[in-house]
Amino acid sequence: MSMPAITSDTTDGQTVFHLSGRLVTEALHLVEKPFAELTARPGAATVDLSGLEAFDTGGAAMIAQLRARLATGGVTLEISGASEDNARLLEKVTEATFKEPLVDTGPGGPGAWITGLGVAVAALVQSAGSLLSFLGLVLSRLARTLVNPWRLRGTALFAQMQQTGMNAVPIIALMGFLIGIVLAYQGAAQLHQFGAEVFVVDLIAVSVLRELGILLTAIIVAGRSGSAYAAAIGSMKVNEEVDAMRTLGLDPIEVLVLPRLIALMLMLPVLGLTANISALIGGALMSWAELGVSPGMFVTRFLENTSAWHLAVGMIKAPVFAFIIGIVSCWQAMQVGGSAESVGRRTTAAVVQSVFLVIVMDAVFSIFFAELGV
Amino acid sequence: MTAPAGHAEREAVIRVRGLENRFGPHVVHQNLDLDVWRGEVLGIVGGSGTGKSVLLRSIVGLKRPSAGTIHVLGTDVVNGPEKERLAVERRWGVAFQDGALFSSLTVLENVMAPMREHLSLSTGLMQTLAGLKISLVGLPAASCGKLPSELSGGMRKRAALARALALDPEIVFLDEPTAGLDPIGAGAYDELIRELQRSLGLTVFMVTHDLDSLYAICDRIAVLSDKRVLVEGPIETMTAVKDPWVQEYFTGPRARAARAAG
Repeated sequence: MSMPAITSDTTDGQTVFHLSGRLVTEALHLVEKPFAELTARPGAATVDLSGLEAFDTGGAAMIAQLRARLATGGVTLEISGASEDNARLLEKVTEATFKEPLVDTGPGGPGAWITGLGVAVAALVQSAGSLLSFLGLVLSRLARTLVNPWRLRGTALFAQMQQTGMNAVPIIALMGFLIGIVLAYQGAAQLHQFGAEVFVVDLIAVSVLRELGILLTAIIVAGRSGSAYAAAIGSMKVNEEVDAMRTLGLDPIEVLVLPRLIALMLMLPVLGLTANISALIGGALMSWAELGVSPGMFVTRFLENTSAWHLAVGMIKAPVFAFIIGIVSCWQAMQVGGSAESVGRRTTAAVVQSVFLVIVMDAVFSIFFAELGV
Repeated sequence: MTAPAGHAEREAVIRVRGLENRFGPHVVHQNLDLDVWRGEVLGIVGGSGTGKSVLLRSIVGLKRPSAGTIHVLGTDVVNGPEKERLAVERRWGVAFQDGALFSSLTVLENVMAPMREHLSLSTGLMQTLAGLKISLVGLPAASCGKLPSELSGGMRKRAALARALALDPEIVFLDEPTAGLDPIGAGAYDELIRELQRSLGLTVFMVTHDLDSLYAICDRIAVLSDKRVLVEGPIETMTAVKDPWVQEYFTGPRARAARAAG
């Protein structure tokens, strides 16, 4: 196991490089620098391989590279002392080495920036178009299913309702309960200064019922079910299961997308209601503990002062949010191409985009309801 | 390159003794012995479920056997110290059936991946070496910058072989190297393996079903059956084996055609 080494001497004006030791891939780092520093006068030079103990494609590549580099300086490198095997290997490696650059560095500078911007804008427009056409496709299938309800996959629908609805109840309830506690606690500190403790009920009722309950539920569902949809359908896409469905005359939209979308639209209002109730319970408990507002007083005040519209405003939003999450996640899943890596990328995009669009939609609803005055 | 005649001068690069593999109550291997000699191309054949891939996975350390010993290049890869096992792992390369290329990396980066991990070379030199491996397996320079999903199945197999060769291994394991290739592509791949095996002095351990491969490039064949290596030897000796499965496999119409071609 001797280290590879290279020495050079010049006799009669001709440079000879002597190689020794094991010139193999795993030892190349020892000679990379010395090789790069080798020079010879224009004319002929020789590399002597007789001292080598071991030689492989890595070593051969180094010599081929050296020969190519010296050739640009007008030096012809001769090989001497190579065994038959080594000479054949060197010849094969020299022949196989690519002449063209392997890594495309692309244009640099401001031009590249503008190109990048253009590419990004084009991609954005293209994906917006693709989302729109997916939306149209799903709506037309949805309409067909409404006309012929027996086309709906009952088993898949109920399985999805169980997955996205029932199984999410514990986390949603816990989240709501904690939000109620936080609101009551934060409200208490402020309202206590004015002696207006009892208004904590209004604070909690209005903010939870109108906004927080349903918005936070939608965000959790987007993270929980949206990602699951994108990953599940995306993996099926990679495995060509979606293509197999098409060849069997099954419509992937009808089989995969509609049950998920409808399940989500049915279950998100239920989950939102769960969140609302547990937030009110959490808020009531905290108001009792922190402000001395008894549960009885909380309920009375809640029933007297809270318009049913607050609840309605929240509940109206739920199916819309569900539709956004379902459409965006399934659309992203259908965009998955070839590789496992794109499943991950699309899943992330599904969650980020659906949460973003849900919040945008929430802002639109706020303006809408404010204009209506409810 | 035929295996040297004298038993004494042959060096066993892989030595499996008393191997036992079981999945729950299901026994796949029992008392399996196998030697792979340096510089040979060994083909492993056997019916479905006889544990060909399990054998390969046991040898490369992906599946821990229930009993038995496996020595690769003199190192005990089952119970040996971890440091020695890691050192010996660098001396073999594995090409999986569907390539198992890293999907987020380009072909060039895939081949460079083991170099980055194990060698401390400059990026430029690693690219040159990776490009060389890609060229050696017969892929064009344009494929270097492509992602695995942009390649055809045959090209992916070649890219996987390039990655297996990245560290200049002494042993290459191939799992069904020609499965899913058209006959011309499979023939070319066989040629490629043979040529690389000769010029790089490799030992090749391949699991295959392809009779053409067996006739064209394998020096020796080991038939897995009945939880062990039923017979091993050059393909010419296979037709003489008194075993119904082996008889059918090596004397069936497909085998006759392959023999005529090979």
